[in-house]
Amino acid sequence: MSRRPDPVQVVKQRRDEALRALVDGVPYIRFLGIHFDRRGDELTGILPYDDMLIGNPTLPALHGGVTAAFLEVTSVITLRWATQWDAVEAGEDVATDRMPKTIDFTVDYLRSGLPRDAYARARITRSGRRYASVHVEGWQDNRQRPFAQATGHFVMPQHG
Amino acid sequence: MIDADPDPTTPDDSTAERRQKIAAQFIAMIPHARALGMTVTEVGAGTATVSMPYDDRLIGDPKTGVIAGGAVSALMDTCCGAAVIAHPTQALGTATIDLRIDYMRPATPGQGITARATCYHVTRSVAFVRATAHDDDAGNPVACATGAFTLERPRPKS
Repeated sequence: MSRRPDPVQVVKQRRDEALRALVDGVPYIRFLGIHFDRRGDELTGILPYDDMLIGNPTLPALHGGVTAAFLEVTSVITLRWATQWDAVEAGEDVATDRMPKTIDFTVDYLRSGLPRDAYARARITRSGRRYASVHVEGWQDNRQRPFAQATGHFVMPQHG
Repeated sequence: MIDADPDPTTPDDSTAERRQKIAAQFIAMIPHARALGMTVTEVGAGTATVSMPYDDRLIGDPKTGVIAGGAVSALMDTCCGAAVIAHPTQALGTATIDLRIDYMRPATPGQGITARATCYHVTRSVAFVRATAHDDDAGNPVACATGAFTLERPRPKS
């Protein structure tokens, strides 16, 4: 006989707390104002517009470095979130886990970043014991018209 | 994306003088570069050096205190853009087309990061740029970057 599943509120609270612990602990994510929207295990990074994110005041346009940083943060958090998912579901403490380390990150700037909120979603294209590859897309008003995309390679933290 | 100067100077300005002017105006014009405390320390013909001080707000891994890769990206992008603007073609503006960053080692916590970029080739509309970044251990880079940037040339005089 299988165990009765936890009530939906308990499950949601456990997942949201794990996500908050993961994101809130990183000063740079707070500095940029990035937060994450969760649907089941799917994460969407949200970068609310702020004047200090501008790189070209005459257009105006988001700084290319901000775009790169937003896509990289979304990639790293998505990767860590995916690798700790089973442990979170099992109710284990994942607070001591280390962050994946970026090996390289390549950003493709498709159009200039507008002075408004940006969103990003990352897809793990390969997740091995030691290395992982991630593809990430960022968009603003229109999901079908990404303003940037990137691929990155990461070294996964080794346990024990 | 960066504009060199909203009111471009005449081409007969001495190039060294123009570069110095860029160095002075560059950071003040970019809100995000200012937010990260960046300063241009050297500008040459197609080269630029930009420094960013260590700041607790930029930590990417709270367990180690190492600066986030994203902050290094912002420094690299700014520095590469500055090198394009400093190129003798006297570009009016530039925008990043693509930028690859290799992270060789974590920057030492507590130390600032300095990036040096070289715009090593330009075509009619594209600038190719390389950059390296280091902390206090100058001989041991923390990151390398390669990128392609748009090149907005000044209009030829009729």
